Amino acid sequence: MGWESILIQFLNGLAGASSLFLVAAGLSLIFGVTRIVNFAHGSLYMLGMYLAVWLAGRFGFWVAVPLAAVAVGLAGFLVEFLLLRKIYKAPELLQLLATFALVLVIKDAALWAWGPEDLLGPRAPGLAGAVNIAGVAFPEYDLFLILVGPVVLAKLWFLLYRTRWGILVRAASEDREMAGALGVNQRWLFTGVFALGALLAGLGGALQIPREPANLNVDLQLISDAFVVVVVGGLGSIPGAFLAALLIAEAKAFCTGLGYSEATLVIEFVIMAVILVGRPWGLLGRAQAPVKSQEIAQAPSGFPIRGILIAGAVLLAALALLPLASGGYTLVLLTDMLIFALFAVSLHFIMGPGGLYSFGHAAYFGIGAYAAGILLLNKITTMEFALALAPLAAGAGALVFGWFCVRLSGVYSAMLTLAFAQIAWSAAFQWNALTGGSNGMVGIWPAPWLASKTAFYYLTLLLCAAGVSFFWRAIHSPFGYALRAGRDSPQRADASGIDVRAVQWAAFTIAGLAAGVAGSLYAFSKGSISPESLGIQRSVDGLVMVMLGGIQTLTGPVWGAALFTWLQDAAARNLEYWRAVTGMVILVLVLVLPNGIGSLFQAKK
Amino acid sequence: MRSLFLITLLVSSSAFSQTIKIGELNSYKVFPAFLEPYKKGMELALEEINASGGVLGKKLELVTRDDGGNPGDAVRVAEELISRENVAVLMGTFASNVGLAVSNLAAQRKILFVASEPLTDKIVWENGNRYTFRLRPSTYMQTAMLIPEATKLKKKRWAIVYPNYEYGQSATASFKKLLKAAQPDVEFVAELAAPLGKIDAGAVVQALADAKPDAIFSSLFAADLQKFVREGNTRGLFKTTPVFNLLAGEPEYLDTLKEETPDGWWVTGYPWREINTPEHKKFLAAYQKRWNDYPRQGSVVGYTAVQAVAAAMKKAKSPDTEKLVEAMKGLEMPTPFGPIVWRPIDHQSTMGAYVGQLARKGNQGTMVNWRFADGASHLPPYEEVKALRKE
Repeated sequence: MGWESILIQFLNGLAGASSLFLVAAGLSLIFGVTRIVNFAHGSLYMLGMYLAVWLAGRFGFWVAVPLAAVAVGLAGFLVEFLLLRKIYKAPELLQLLATFALVLVIKDAALWAWGPEDLLGPRAPGLAGAVNIAGVAFPEYDLFLILVGPVVLAKLWFLLYRTRWGILVRAASEDREMAGALGVNQRWLFTGVFALGALLAGLGGALQIPREPANLNVDLQLISDAFVVVVVGGLGSIPGAFLAALLIAEAKAFCTGLGYSEATLVIEFVIMAVILVGRPWGLLGRAQAPVKSQEIAQAPSGFPIRGILIAGAVLLAALALLPLASGGYTLVLLTDMLIFALFAVSLHFIMGPGGLYSFGHAAYFGIGAYAAGILLLNKITTMEFALALAPLAAGAGALVFGWFCVRLSGVYSAMLTLAFAQIAWSAAFQWNALTGGSNGMVGIWPAPWLASKTAFYYLTLLLCAAGVSFFWRAIHSPFGYALRAGRDSPQRADASGIDVRAVQWAAFTIAGLAAGVAGSLYAFSKGSISPESLGIQRSVDGLVMVMLGGIQTLTGPVWGAALFTWLQDAAARNLEYWRAVTGMVILVLVLVLPNGIGSLFQAKK
Repeated sequence: MRSLFLITLLVSSSAFSQTIKIGELNSYKVFPAFLEPYKKGMELALEEINASGGVLGKKLELVTRDDGGNPGDAVRVAEELISRENVAVLMGTFASNVGLAVSNLAAQRKILFVASEPLTDKIVWENGNRYTFRLRPSTYMQTAMLIPEATKLKKKRWAIVYPNYEYGQSATASFKKLLKAAQPDVEFVAELAAPLGKIDAGAVVQALADAKPDAIFSSLFAADLQKFVREGNTRGLFKTTPVFNLLAGEPEYLDTLKEETPDGWWVTGYPWREINTPEHKKFLAAYQKRWNDYPRQGSVVGYTAVQAVAAAMKKAKSPDTEKLVEAMKGLEMPTPFGPIVWRPIDHQSTMGAYVGQLARKGNQGTMVNWRFADGASHLPPYEEVKALRKE
């Protein structure tokens, strides 16, 4: 690689950094002020792309870009005004659920409006060609992009540090209540910030169209990159986001340039893991002041009242008798529901009572599933032993990753779990000899005596019911109380002799172990396993189940898992735009039952 | 109202006994560009079959499901088709991992599975089983179809770029193996893996240029292909370096390139405007009449898959699985691309593909200098297949 190539790859990295920065800046801004983890940010970016391609056909590229950005900003305004405003008081992360629902709705809306084919935008008039740099043709438009990043950074800096509005925004990021007490109208501030963030996402998307076709997969591809940039830079820090975008884009360009192109699959997550372990608040971030209104967490319900216990026993009995009445597909669907119920309950155990958010819980589900497959297909053990041993692998994974994750807090910790999950995912994806690579492994079927649907259903029912009741019991054990104490007041818990980190670490490991049980059951119920089982989507599904059910309820995650699994199954079978419908249903539930379905079954105190 | 409901129920349950169901599952929402035309192709075939009396005296019925694009959901959906819908045959799937998972389930549940689209070689070879048959020419076959032209160029230094998952990896491996066999002095100077859908096109183009290749082999498609083409055009990579690209001539991917279409690339694809065989002309006319749109590659695949199931049922004279499996082995049938055989040895159909060069006409991309490559002559020798297939 000569010096010309190094220079060109460096410029490639700069151009990539600019696009990444625009999206990440908006996301960071929104999080810094409103504490919303805006999962729909990638969808806003995608919307910006589609709008820009569509408008460019009518008014030309240079008019289309600002128009698209403003239109997306307006969409952001509406989302905040009509939806998010209603749920600021709801449990933390509910906004994540709401924005996840928006992802589904926007994706189907774009499919409906612009059709299934990718739309390649025009080249930028005036910047369509290339200039000669060190004997290499380099696109003019990329040079323009390289300039856009710093210009937007400067403008944002000016807006935040030199205008009254910016001062108020910063005041609200520092101390929301104090800003409110001093008469700042938070509502409009939040709306404004959200709309600005959306506008930046839209601008990022619109500016990308000369380089990338508008397509329906871009939303989820982008959102994980944008989160990584925001977290690496430090939540809420715009210069940090710029620095992080630079770091990640350059790393990617040089991975390709130096012949390590396989590493581009996961490099950003490796960088994030390294940085978070070394600097728990990212490159330029600071410890966030706690938001007081969210600090008062509800206790998970007291001991379930007798009525609930009886109802639970009746339900369990009904589930046990069901195979007598109905066979076939009902059992298949219920098996899925039970597996996901255990998965969601294990996630809830660390999120609810533990207060440790995990965006990467699927890692342990997937490690369990893969371990089962590897043990069985390599004829290391029989199916029964594989089922028993595989969760230990998941537990071991959680033991190692958990040690790092409990040292961080809040979204940083959550993102570190995501980084580890992505690293595990890429190992499964790339390690062809052991895991079968992207194809995964097939032929992981249960032993003959468990092969019938009924037998496997009973096995699942037994293990999942045992797992779920274990967690419910654990929440009300001294261990569970210690976990809650660590969540509600780490200092006081510490003073009363609880080793908060050790308790959290143990909880994380147990939750990982249980997710591994769910994962290995899943592998045997499907007969195959592939990298999706530990991908981001599966982790997000887990979060959705927990949030739908209600994070501060005891039984909620079970209902959330059952409802979400059933909803996806039923909607996908009967409707063409089933994703949009699933999203709508979630939105309605978010608005009507902000504390989750589980709150309906909660004992009143 | 209630009586009306009852009547509908009666009518539909009596209709139930008079149809034979094909259970089709696919990732409609993940790969809509390919699968919407595919669905139209299936429906056209179904209408043609039923208009001419159906099969075995009954109407064929298509029950389609979205498989969510991942193996776990796909297996659940397949279970639903088997046990609730009582379908006689499973059909469909797009991505290789989903195809393999459903194929394995089909063997477990003992039901015929016609894998229409997945390209992975494994589904008929390493992981092949009694119940699975695959329609499309595989990654290996399509790569092999490009080898004659690649060898003719007599280029020594080759660089490769591929989407980093099984399809791209096995296309790369097959290409290297086959070209090395045909031209022993060949050298592979760079291999670039791009994350699917997330290619860093500028960096890839520069890295390819750094390797100073005489020619490039690529298996990119969809958004990755478009990004690569635009960057390569702007940066002048393709001016002097010939490129071979699997699938890039399929309308699904070619039509989005428009004025960006790179001249002279060797590709596999489907030049639907220019194929003048009677069987294709008939298909084209019927498709355009029915849908008021032109067919894509997916349309042909969907159409042929349904026709194959109907042909197998006619040959078996029964919708019984074991009889259908036997009927599929060696089944000969016409398709819009000409007659095909479903090989008894590995259950691969001999459907072919078109090989040609891309050219820009106005602001549209087309294929020129094309020839039809028969699938049957682009498969490895029987002994090799036998060794791979562990049955």
